[in-house]
Amino acid sequence: MAKRAAPEVNAGSMADIAFLLLIFFLVTTTIETDTGLSRKLPPIDDSEQDVIIKQKNIFTVLINGKDQLLVEDDLMDLDNLREEAIKFLDNGGGAGDDACSYCKGKRSPESSDNPDKAIISLKNERETSYAMYISVQNELVAAYNELRNRRAMELYGESFTEMQANHKDVNWVGNKTKLKEKIDGIKKDYPQKLSEVQ
Amino acid sequence: MSKFKKKQGNELPAISTASLPDIVFMLLFFFMVATVMRDSSLMIENRLPVADQVEKLDKKDLVMYIYIGKPSSSYTQFGTEARIQLNDKFAEVDEVQAFIASERASKREELVPFLTTALKVDREANMGIVGDVKQELRKTNALKINYTTRQGDISQNRQ
Repeated sequence: MAKRAAPEVNAGSMADIAFLLLIFFLVTTTIETDTGLSRKLPPIDDSEQDVIIKQKNIFTVLINGKDQLLVEDDLMDLDNLREEAIKFLDNGGGAGDDACSYCKGKRSPESSDNPDKAIISLKNERETSYAMYISVQNELVAAYNELRNRRAMELYGESFTEMQANHKDVNWVGNKTKLKEKIDGIKKDYPQKLSEVQ
Repeated sequence: MSKFKKKQGNELPAISTASLPDIVFMLLFFFMVATVMRDSSLMIENRLPVADQVEKLDKKDLVMYIYIGKPSSSYTQFGTEARIQLNDKFAEVDEVQAFIASERASKREELVPFLTTALKVDREANMGIVGDVKQELRKTNALKINYTTRQGDISQNRQ
């Protein structure tokens, strides 16, 4: 009598089951990462010591409750903000210790001494819309980035954003500590002094 | 003798599909590993504003999310004013500090200084509530924040 072979399990539907699971995970997958504007809040200082800052070194930007932009108490269009901020930061009107050797601005004594002293103060009202606030923040960050890119181009022949991307890139070949020094140097030349007033 | 003669079939043999499940399983495992499930379901409207000077927010495990926006259509009983959502429920401004403390407690101690707070705020919200949250964050010394945005030209914010 012939030995009966065990019947083979039909694996034909295995693929269907796997496809079902595959489609489920395909749909639920989110690989993309969030992007945004990174900021640092000022710590709460209990000691009430007033730091005296010259009026000419402050660039006040106010967004009022109707989403209108007031720069140094004058109404301004959002499209001109970046240019004005660059003019202010890059003015370099200081003399002696405050002189700025790399600034390309007008060197007007009415405006900021050097980028290290220049402070942009961003104020908003409670009714200001968040979209407008982000637009303004974006323009101000863009002003800093533009100046930093220009400085990096002058010194090292590549843009600041490129240098930052290289620093993050694990596949980049080159001296990372040196690159970090360069990045920090440029950050020191054009420090981001953007204060968000409550 | 013809009994042992080889069959002279001209038709092509069918391609074996036995390895198909293996291929599919390989893909399946890839997506299983790459999947990050949304940890909280949104109860608010969350249309993020647009910006183009953005930085990437990697290291997802070191991010605390605070959502702000108008309650979505299924939660209209909570009003139409913008509200804060922490984890899975609506919260008041004074609960932010407790939330940050609990998030910090759930992370390893050496990672706490690197925690970032991502503010996912609806574009229609106004700055009053955002300012309140920022003030709370300053009080609890969570100073690294990130205004989460989509990438694009800022002119889209005006619509």
